[in-house]
Amino acid sequence: MTVLSTTPDTEARTLTVVAEFAAPPARVWQLWSDPRQLERWWGPPTWPATFVEHELVPGGSARYVMTGPEGEQAGGWWRFLDVDEPRSLELEDGFADADGRPSTDMPTTRMRMQLEESEAGTRMTLVSQFASLEQMEQLTSMGMVEGLTEALGQIDELLAARPGR
Amino acid sequence: MYNHMVVDQPGRSDEDRVFAALADATRRDIVLRVLQHAETVSALASRYAMSFAAVQKHVAVLERAGLVSKERRGREQLVSGRIETVRAAARSLQLYEEIWRGRIGRMEEILAEPPGEADA
Repeated sequence: MTVLSTTPDTEARTLTVVAEFAAPPARVWQLWSDPRQLERWWGPPTWPATFVEHELVPGGSARYVMTGPEGEQAGGWWRFLDVDEPRSLELEDGFADADGRPSTDMPTTRMRMQLEESEAGTRMTLVSQFASLEQMEQLTSMGMVEGLTEALGQIDELLAARPGR
Repeated sequence: MYNHMVVDQPGRSDEDRVFAALADATRRDIVLRVLQHAETVSALASRYAMSFAAVQKHVAVLERAGLVSKERRGREQLVSGRIETVRAAARSLQLYEEIWRGRIGRMEEILAEPPGEADA
């Protein structure tokens, strides 16, 4: 069973996600290293990703295209900064146009993925570092995570009780 | 989803305003109350250990964020919640976390497959 926590740190501008998998690190590593496995989980089912490039070496890059339900396309790119199989991976993640050209007006995110052996099998720690506090606010709605979760739970109940609104 | 909001603060996005408004516990409480049924500002003010003016200020912040709307009712102002804005905020609030929950769920599914299949 996956244990998951999400911790925002506004000073370091990071968001940390921790998950546990019932498989050894070498197996979890393949989910990142094999583009065919990677594309089965990176994009949501409605926007599957296709990796057209995946060069898993320091300095290497990856490119992917996600295709939406109406055939619309959104591109992304990675630049691998550090590769230490099967322990850690560091990459820069950015947006690209449908032709795969990196967008220069969109900020990039730096991501560090770490795999450790745990009782369950593997603990994966993923730290996303944002370019600015504004970007982090945009993506994580800083500081709201705890305070609002409860409130939103109540709102969900309200919504359920008020059909048509 | 946000296009119904009045853009009166250039340089600050609607979304920023929504989250800034919801960052305060009293304002969250007000939103939850007026989503259930509209209340006058004075009725709201009687619920909190703060001045009428302070509550009025909170309501103004919520109104600017599009989270509540005010309507004149005689000498009173009736405050009601705007469900569309709250819903939109909830979606974007959880977006990043949701993205990773989804990804981790899919990773788990792949790992649960028999070895031969995953390697194929």
